[in-house]
Amino acid sequence: MSGAGGSPYAPHTPDETAEMLAAVDADSVEDLFDIPESVRFTDEYGLDARTEQETRREVAGLLAENDDVTEFLGRGHYDHYVPSLVDTISQRSEFITSYTQYQPEITQGFLQVLFEYQSLLVELTGLEIANCSMYDAATALAEAALLAKRVRQADGTRVLLPENTREERVSVVENYVSGNDLTVETYPTENGTVNLDALREAVDDDTLFVYAENPSTEGVIEESLHEIGALADDHDALFCLGSDPVALSLLQRPVDVGADVVVGDAAVLGMPTSYGMGLGLFACREDFLRQVPGRLVGASEDAAGKRAYTLTLQTREQHIRRERATSNICTNQAWVALRTAIHAAQLGPGGLVDLAEQMVELPRELAAELDDVRGVRAPVNDGHHFREFVAHTDQPAPAVAADLEAEGFAVHAVGDHELQVCVTDANEPAIPDLVAAFEEVA
Amino acid sequence: MERYDQARFSQADDAEYEPLLSEKSTEEVEVESSLPDDLTRDSLELPDLSEPELVRHYVRLSQQNYGVDTGPYPLGSCTMKYNPKFTEDLAARPEAAVHPDRSEESVQGTLGLLHGLQEQLKKIGGMDAVTLQPPAGAAGEFAGILLAKAYHESRGEGAQRDEIVIPDSAHGTNFASAALGGYDVVELPSADDGRVDLDALEAAVGENTAALMLTNPNTLGLFERDIEEIADVVHDAGGLLYYDGANLNALLGRARPGDMGFDIMHFNVHKTFATPHGGGGPGAGPVGVTDDLAEFLPNPQVRETDAGFEFFEPDSSIGKVHGFYGNWLVLVKAYAYIARLGDDGLGDAAAKAVLNANYLAEQVEYDVPFEPFHHEFVASAGDQDAADVAKRMLDYAVHPPTTKWPEIVSEALMTEPTEVESKRTLDQLAAAFNAVADESTETIESAPERTTARRIDQTEAARNPRLSWHALDN
Repeated sequence: MSGAGGSPYAPHTPDETAEMLAAVDADSVEDLFDIPESVRFTDEYGLDARTEQETRREVAGLLAENDDVTEFLGRGHYDHYVPSLVDTISQRSEFITSYTQYQPEITQGFLQVLFEYQSLLVELTGLEIANCSMYDAATALAEAALLAKRVRQADGTRVLLPENTREERVSVVENYVSGNDLTVETYPTENGTVNLDALREAVDDDTLFVYAENPSTEGVIEESLHEIGALADDHDALFCLGSDPVALSLLQRPVDVGADVVVGDAAVLGMPTSYGMGLGLFACREDFLRQVPGRLVGASEDAAGKRAYTLTLQTREQHIRRERATSNICTNQAWVALRTAIHAAQLGPGGLVDLAEQMVELPRELAAELDDVRGVRAPVNDGHHFREFVAHTDQPAPAVAADLEAEGFAVHAVGDHELQVCVTDANEPAIPDLVAAFEEVA
Repeated sequence: MERYDQARFSQADDAEYEPLLSEKSTEEVEVESSLPDDLTRDSLELPDLSEPELVRHYVRLSQQNYGVDTGPYPLGSCTMKYNPKFTEDLAARPEAAVHPDRSEESVQGTLGLLHGLQEQLKKIGGMDAVTLQPPAGAAGEFAGILLAKAYHESRGEGAQRDEIVIPDSAHGTNFASAALGGYDVVELPSADDGRVDLDALEAAVGENTAALMLTNPNTLGLFERDIEEIADVVHDAGGLLYYDGANLNALLGRARPGDMGFDIMHFNVHKTFATPHGGGGPGAGPVGVTDDLAEFLPNPQVRETDAGFEFFEPDSSIGKVHGFYGNWLVLVKAYAYIARLGDDGLGDAAAKAVLNANYLAEQVEYDVPFEPFHHEFVASAGDQDAADVAKRMLDYAVHPPTTKWPEIVSEALMTEPTEVESKRTLDQLAAAFNAVADESTETIESAPERTTARRIDQTEAARNPRLSWHALDN
């Protein structure tokens, strides 16, 4: 369609271009650019155009340089089998090529999906409000800390995170709260979970926000959630729980343990391990409705009296409230939320519970098998695990991890002699080979 | 043009049909587990449908949704253009699905692509270094604010420079990102010609200024012709110049932020480089900086060595703005799009986007007060309510423009056709604008009539928030 060397996606024929230029009374397109000569770019970027076929070959070739390794990696980012339904539906162009639903009358489809996604999170957390996505677990946690600053009556500046929180998450939270005079501190953990006595000592009336994860970064199921919630409440601090939709299908409901906010990465449903691309889960108590960050979809009626959905409470958002907005988020992760909602619907309530129970049984079995390997002790931490656990190796852990990688398996080296291993339905078939590789290298 | 709502289950006015998952049509299952009871929930209640039912549910919903592939989407400042399909295939390749904790040695392809995109963006922005970590444009703005803060702190002026100057016409995210960084916002009034008022700028900047955030072309589609003077004023005051990349698509092949004196910029790769907007995301907001600021970039950065690609931590890194490396799949699509177009294609995209905006504006009967504009123009609906105009345009089976913003133009209709629309489509769009322009208040107030849903009561939605199935009982 287009002339040689132009954009392959601009449909103009030379005749049409000429006609349009005549209509706007211009001799050439360049006349339409009102850019002073002194800042005109007259050089070239030096980027050669390729055909579609060449581009595919180039990018596919680049990606093919990644090693084919079976991942037993987790620590906040997980791989579950994604049903074909998710890809098929989410790739429908009406969904993926649409924008934010500023005209609800012609975007009912996406709005309803997002309403369903919010409903899913409300059921999983027991909290009344869920937004329709933040970027990832780290930024959702950071937004929760900022929410605490807005909703808490008393003064308080301390944000407390468990010391085994991923350092990346801590860094993101530090950056997000840096403009609000809050301080981020970590409190001790023990056995992979919260050290309740140490937390009791750490929390004071200057504490704004107490965060805990279930399961923890080390894969241990937290058994003191009630106590943590009560402790936070005693000091008028917000209790924020980190989790994910699969874990929440089985584990204690956050609302029942006193959680005020739940954050996490919801992309454990719907996304493969996309190099860390995520979906920030964010749910909270109804009291905080007017202070919630991000987009909300609400049910309403249309002029014919029929159920209809629309973005709502937009006066909290940056495009209206500007510097007084509850968050600067605009583009969010709507399409990932769509994938998560589809995946959850495909599993249904029974399927979700079954998948979650599998995440309790698989690490138990794998840890027992690795414990039988000479030079390996697993799990290091007591208690129940979800998806993953820490194992001790007599040999230096980084060397064992490197040797395992050479055998085609990726695990985390998390200490001098500690490895962390994550098992899900996605890598389960490779368990025997992993155990054999451990026997080889450990 | 085809109707997009043909999927309506029944055309009958009294149809009782409610889509499957929209209401509480759920199953409650008891939770049984090998875990102790006190560690688990009692039950889980969610819809429980067969896969065929779900497919029909979602296909129907997709048909009740308007996308760029459905029809023209001239939302000003949002840059909704056609998204090539092959980039989706690339992002879906299994080798792209790797865990973020993989060793650098085992993901050389991923690192190579990230490095390649960094290099592409450096050239396009005229910048010395780029981070790909911010997961959206606003996240890029926030990263840029943190970079400016780190820069001033390194010079011992962190506490003193506590203001960010932003024109009144700027995107709301600029204000929100500056506030998130802890800055006071100084709003800069626009001059009568819709551009930055140099006198007002002189008055606004000083020893407290950390940065000026500027969109160029601005939200009226106007190029800030005095950009060099603007840069001098800001730099002379010791401040930094930040470029909001929302409108970068108008400058491809014609001008580069780095050459204009900008110190920091963000790219909205989902806008400028035709990666799908996904109904509101994910996007990606890479940030480019000059050499002076490179040492502060988020950790990690990717570099190429003789042994291959590796991560490194910039000397005075601000840390991280995303838990991992940003929205990787979006970055794959952006890389492929840029590679596909190259110099000539990118330059042509800007040319045709500007031609299309000028041509469409010429055909539209509404007044366009500010010009010469580039890739977007802001018309005024005059005596009509811009929001009503938009609703009525839905009946003509086109997506309307952005309305009532920027506020500099009363009843604004902010229109950006992008380069992908043909003359024929632009003529149809103009016909829709012009038909509505001639219609009565009564007609446009009762619009839309031919859409999936009729006019939706937004006030009721806000007054009585019902945000989940659970709340529908109330």
